[in-house]
Amino acid sequence: MPKITYIAFDGTPYEVEAPLGSTVMENAVKHMVPGIEAECGGACACATCHVYVDDAWTAVTGSPEPMEEDMLDFAYDVRPTSRLSCQLKVKPEYDGLVVRIPERQA
Amino acid sequence: MTAPIETDVVIVGAGPVGLFAVFELGLLDLKAHVIDILDRPGGQCTELYPEKPIYDIPGFPIVTGQGLVENLMEQIKPFHPTFHLSQQVESLTRLDDGRVQLTTDAEQAFIAKVVVIAAGGGSFQPKRPPVPGIEAYEGTSVFYAVRKMEAFRGEEIVIVGGGDSALDWTLNLQPIAKRVTLIHRRDDFRAAPHSVEQMRKLVAEGAMDLVIGQVTGLEGADGKLSAATVKLSDNSLTTIPATRLLPFFGLTMKLGPIANWGLNLHENLVPVDTEKFETSEAGIFAIGDINWYPGKLKLILSGFHEGALMAQAAKRIVAPGERIIFQYTTSSTNLQKKLGVV
Repeated sequence: MPKITYIAFDGTPYEVEAPLGSTVMENAVKHMVPGIEAECGGACACATCHVYVDDAWTAVTGSPEPMEEDMLDFAYDVRPTSRLSCQLKVKPEYDGLVVRIPERQA
Repeated sequence: MTAPIETDVVIVGAGPVGLFAVFELGLLDLKAHVIDILDRPGGQCTELYPEKPIYDIPGFPIVTGQGLVENLMEQIKPFHPTFHLSQQVESLTRLDDGRVQLTTDAEQAFIAKVVVIAAGGGSFQPKRPPVPGIEAYEGTSVFYAVRKMEAFRGEEIVIVGGGDSALDWTLNLQPIAKRVTLIHRRDDFRAAPHSVEQMRKLVAEGAMDLVIGQVTGLEGADGKLSAATVKLSDNSLTTIPATRLLPFFGLTMKLGPIANWGLNLHENLVPVDTEKFETSEAGIFAIGDINWYPGKLKLILSGFHEGALMAQAAKRIVAPGERIIFQYTTSSTNLQKKLGVV
């Protein structure tokens, strides 16, 4: 099973095993990683599961679809590596993925 | 303030659960007024996921949020609920005769024998952008909606966002402003293409400014804004003169005034019993996502069940002593008459 590391805003790393096909958001919620709110439950409708994909991994995660890009307008401190974690579906290539949690969700 | 509306039941919240409550109350001859802060019924279903499929509504293998709300509106039509939209219930007080008075921010008062709180995740309110110190300017220089355009005449207006609200107000305020600057984090807009075109034309003519970036700070004193600091896409900072700021960052859900209604709360939810779904206050019920009881699941289907049981209890309050005959819509001509099908 792929391992994903979430780095909380205070620097604490959380390494979790993420089943294929689940989303990066779902695994954060399941393991109570602080800083992921996911208010809408994964509908790409709220921008409260915002993460920064580690620079080394952006090629693997690719870029957001237009709907996600629109929703990112509502997030706080959006950067080129910003993604909504509910839109990142775990694939075998994600093994080792590192994402950082922003200071706050919108 | 207009005269209070007297009614059997006031439902606070026009989401799926509030709408279905109209049906269950209607079968028992109880008339409902429905109040919602949004400008249309549907709550989260229409606001957050109108096009998204829902798979766990009994009898519907798949239905969209919008589809479910349209069906519910059709289903409750025979009961002619009165909707009071774009307003928020601010206060709730008990009258001497036991009824409850509610007052909205549109200065409409209601006097009801029964109140049903079906407020879901709370009320939808404009999202406050995470700009340090913005609170100090709210209501004086920073606004989340335009109530009176005159308040913006001759001002240096900064509008933030890329959706229809941002673009519409950019176009509407541009003729009366000293200067309008639209700030958006990317050069791509969700708003209607026609508005975007008009905006780009004004920019090309030099009649307004478009800045691609994110607001990171505000300058001013005593609630009077003078400038906004913007981080551009190359991470450099620029300062834009601003006496008015209009951020359009979508909506978020807040419990809102319900917290001040004198009800017991449990982590921002309203505890109820599981027989009647009544709150700590007699005659005030809470159904759907807003309530809490042991084993509670925030499912639309649970809210429907809660509405059915609540209606039985509501009937006993509105018509004490009257015998409630349990009937099925399939076989009861009495119910079918109410539904207008016979």
